[in-house]
Amino acid sequence: MSEQQSLLQLKGITKIFSRGTVDEVTALDNINVDVNSEDFITIIGSNGAGKTTLLNIVAGVYPPERGGKIIINGNDITNLSEYKHARYVGRVYQDPHIGTATKMTVEENLAIAIMRGKTRGLRAATNRQRRELSRSVLAPLGLGLENRLNALVGTLSGGQRQALALVMATMSKPAILLLDEHIATLDPKTAQIVLELSETIVTQEKMTTLMVTHNMELALRYGNRLIMMHEGRVVVDMNQEQKANLTVNDLVIAFERASGKKFDDDSILLHHN
Amino acid sequence: MDFFTSLMSTSVYEGLVYGFVAIGVYFTFRVLSFPDLTVDGSFPLGGAVAAILIINGANPWLATLAALAAGVCAGLGTALLNTKLRINALLAGILMMVALYSINLMIMGRSNIPLLREVTIFDHVAQALGMRADINLSIIVMVVFSAVTLFVLNWFLHSEIGLALRATGDNEQMVRGLGTDTNMTTILGVSISNGLVALSGALVAQNQGFTDVGMGIGMIVMGLASVIIGEGIFRPRKITTILLAVVGGTFAYRLFIGIALRLGLPPTNLKLITAVLVIVALAIPYIRKKIRHEWVPPAVRM
Repeated sequence: MSEQQSLLQLKGITKIFSRGTVDEVTALDNINVDVNSEDFITIIGSNGAGKTTLLNIVAGVYPPERGGKIIINGNDITNLSEYKHARYVGRVYQDPHIGTATKMTVEENLAIAIMRGKTRGLRAATNRQRRELSRSVLAPLGLGLENRLNALVGTLSGGQRQALALVMATMSKPAILLLDEHIATLDPKTAQIVLELSETIVTQEKMTTLMVTHNMELALRYGNRLIMMHEGRVVVDMNQEQKANLTVNDLVIAFERASGKKFDDDSILLHHN
Repeated sequence: MDFFTSLMSTSVYEGLVYGFVAIGVYFTFRVLSFPDLTVDGSFPLGGAVAAILIINGANPWLATLAALAAGVCAGLGTALLNTKLRINALLAGILMMVALYSINLMIMGRSNIPLLREVTIFDHVAQALGMRADINLSIIVMVVFSAVTLFVLNWFLHSEIGLALRATGDNEQMVRGLGTDTNMTTILGVSISNGLVALSGALVAQNQGFTDVGMGIGMIVMGLASVIIGEGIFRPRKITTILLAVVGGTFAYRLFIGIALRLGLPPTNLKLITAVLVIVALAIPYIRKKIRHEWVPPAVRM
């Protein structure tokens, strides 16, 4: 068996919420996933499958149960706090409000993203060099944000904010990018723009990416690997060739076979057009 | 004319010295979104520490510095309760405030310490400048103190750490996701805030010639009133102008109180008036929206 070097290793990840109460939920049940460098993995699954919990674990929002391990680039980061995970992990959330600070300017938001993984000092947070850098990462978006560096982010539209959040999550080149249903709340047109933007950045920067989506069509069209989750477990894990000629219908069948259940989550089917 | 000048000069002095309290309140309530009530305890703490050191023969400048350090420790305590023991911010502040009441009495050994015959920083400056220790001198001292403090704070809030601190109050989840230790920024901000408040307490005590364990009551509401008035009058947007507006707001508030007192309002009514002022200021945006039939979410309870 050839030993391929994985960028991210999730070993025996289990997460139980409200342990010991009547509300006890096993959100993740012994997940083992090896993510290779430059993988673009789409993750699908019904509500409560554990997709967001998995991203939260990778981002360090909470640790997994004892015995689980998160290894990035050979470093065990299982028990590091969230802000230390940020050195390796960039994330775009579903809600554009979470990814940006509204009472600060575009320039100040980007300055915080620039400082990721660096020690913060008493130097001025914004300077000419950072301003140039900010302009150069905003210009390719084609949204005119490079000319609005002094605008408060609260005055931007949801789409602009999500595009900004995407730039902020990726500009300091984290080892891994987490996209958590990041286009779900946008209108179709803006969603398309932000999605294409994401793909461009991911391809250009060769960024290792985990993208959670509710949309099976998207999950098939994007990425080189597809993971389907159900009740806290990975039930389908397909590579590029396996998913190349797949249709949404095939996915539904694959889901039923893997989970041993009739597919009954309308929310996924309704999203597939 | 004399009435007017005395009213104005008193208001200017008070605007500057209580401006530190207002800036402290602005730091926690507005910058960090951390409603910190420690202020009512850290203000008399500053007075207590400065007074006990001065009557025991310490250099008044060192005593003032020690007061500031004591305030920083009080803020540190509140912030640790909140970040490390996960106690609600309001409750953490109240707990620290109550604890400080006893601590202040312990430091002072009694409820009131007169400083009239002691040498204060105001006497030092008066001697150095060859002036009498009157209201004009108090204003000069406070202008210098405020200018230096505002300059340093303005620079700090534009620094990398300062930006991380502001972002913590704006969107904690985002900055943590971008690698900021938000517990650290919260601890830093609440500590600085209470350091400023205690500094104000030390200066007020030395200027008025006594310190009293009860002099912090209502300080938080006064600070909040000053911030709201400053924001209302000047409508500032940038950090630099906000800092100036807060001090301007404190001046306006003091002027307003000064006029009310001179018109015969009993001083005992002062805190009631201040409370009503803040209630009105906080209620106006809600009432406005109500008239326009806008939906307003219920107030946060915990």
